[in-house]
Amino acid sequence: MRKPKSLLRRKEAWIFYMLISPWLIHLIALDAGPMLASLYFSFTEWNMLTPPEWIGLSNYIFALSKDPLFWKSLSITFGFAVLSVPLNLVVGLALALLLNVSLPGTRLFRTIYYLPSQINGVAVMVMWIFVFNPELGLLNSLLGLFGIQGPGWIFDPDWALPSLIFMSLWSVGGGTMIWLAGLKGIPDSLYESAMLDGAGSWKRFVYITLPLLTPTIFFNLITGVIGALQKFGEAYVMTKGGPLNSTRFFNFHLYDYAFSKFEMGYASALAWLLFIIILVLTLIVFSTSGRWVYYGGEKK
Amino acid sequence: MLKKQPLLSILLYLLLGIGSVAMLFPFVWMVSTSFKSDIQLYAWPPVWLPLPLQVDNYVKAFTKLPFGLWFGNTALVTILSVCGTLLSCTVAAYGFARYRAPGRTALFMIMISTMMIPWTVVMIPKFFLFTQIGWVNSFLPLTVPTFLGNAFYVFLLRQFFLTVPPDTEEAAKIDGAGVFSILWHVVLPVTVPVLITVAIFQFDAAWNDFLQPLIYLNKQELFTIALGMNFFNGQFEVQWNYLMAVACVAMLPTVILFFIGQKYFVQGIALTGMKG
Repeated sequence: MRKPKSLLRRKEAWIFYMLISPWLIHLIALDAGPMLASLYFSFTEWNMLTPPEWIGLSNYIFALSKDPLFWKSLSITFGFAVLSVPLNLVVGLALALLLNVSLPGTRLFRTIYYLPSQINGVAVMVMWIFVFNPELGLLNSLLGLFGIQGPGWIFDPDWALPSLIFMSLWSVGGGTMIWLAGLKGIPDSLYESAMLDGAGSWKRFVYITLPLLTPTIFFNLITGVIGALQKFGEAYVMTKGGPLNSTRFFNFHLYDYAFSKFEMGYASALAWLLFIIILVLTLIVFSTSGRWVYYGGEKK
Repeated sequence: MLKKQPLLSILLYLLLGIGSVAMLFPFVWMVSTSFKSDIQLYAWPPVWLPLPLQVDNYVKAFTKLPFGLWFGNTALVTILSVCGTLLSCTVAAYGFARYRAPGRTALFMIMISTMMIPWTVVMIPKFFLFTQIGWVNSFLPLTVPTFLGNAFYVFLLRQFFLTVPPDTEEAAKIDGAGVFSILWHVVLPVTVPVLITVAIFQFDAAWNDFLQPLIYLNKQELFTIALGMNFFNGQFEVQWNYLMAVACVAMLPTVILFFIGQKYFVQGIALTGMKG
């Protein structure tokens, strides 16, 4: 009806698409395209040198029924997630509660705990390899001072996975900062009125802090699980999946098939299997969230 | 409340103190080892302050393998990718924040969901693509994609732009200023804290990236520092004092940036609504 307005609208839309056009290229060429291609490759046998050969569901069937290391790597990955995620949640929250107290010096402590979570990569892994070194490492040197013969840590099949879980605690501070942001969002008035009603500190924690932190628990849980299921670097750099495959994380298994054995079709199928597992888990957490995540002020 | 209970606050300090020592111990051990002589490395009881400091370790480590070159490569890739990220992400985020268009909401949802895609799902086709166009064994696969936006940063920046009142921009628009001129002169000056956050995040991501260099760079002269350290570690007899020296130097930029950017990260956490 009013032409100038629709013209303005069209110009606005044009500018929008111009501004996001680089990302649109990314979406098509580096997200959507590769995703579809990978789905196709997962139904083929392909070594990247000869054209892919369609084999239907064979890769998936091989993974689920014949690959002896598929279930092992999956259970290692889940074992790591099931232990490290709750451990990091609990320790992260406990730390946040301690750091939330306003006493002189807590700012310095916050910095100390936050720092390790922001330093990562091969330098950190190399540092930890040496921390875990059975003869010269930090841990066994410290234990030795007390006359204790420490274990072989990442070099012992029984200790390797627990060692990596232990190491994951070192970067607990990242989650703690998010817990702290959540704690800041809880109004003091709630605690004050609870105290007037005679609620002790444990009751205040259970009935005020925890319910109001559920959005943060939700966020840290989802990101924690997704991150834990995709562990790779530690296994590649620190343990090479060993010893005796004890740290053969799922993505290490996948990488091994892709870039050591050049079975790109099978590796693609593995990638999709993990993707589906992650999607299902995320959906489960999301669909139950209505029952346990409390968003203040939200109208239902 | 705690002021009335000195015993509790002492306990609190004690707990936090023990934890802090545990957090810092690996760093101390690394730095201490990097200055040890070969004899001190194997000494019992362990040496904490190796005197005299073997500053020479740093020189030797850098001449034993071409770590200087690898640092240069890493710096080049990192700087390019930070520039690419800042350019492409601010522009796209500004579009999402300020310009209405059909399909915008759908595209925004799609962008958020791309953050869910595991890297392994797209890894093989991307490797194939970059092989086909001859980019393997060059820095192009590590740098060019950063000029095409990144879902997380676009989201972060968009959230920030939405908190800025659009009045000044509207006024500039009426005065006839173009999009890029408004973005550069009006919007970016008030966006500096978030830009610093994004720059530091991307710096750390690129500096520490291991997977992409591992896949795309096979020639030693193209190695990044991450690949170099992995290579050094894989050698038969690892010289721990040298390797720790390299690790110290490799961590230094990210540690410095941490202290510069600390307060901005915390703002970023609040901004993305991570607290719910």
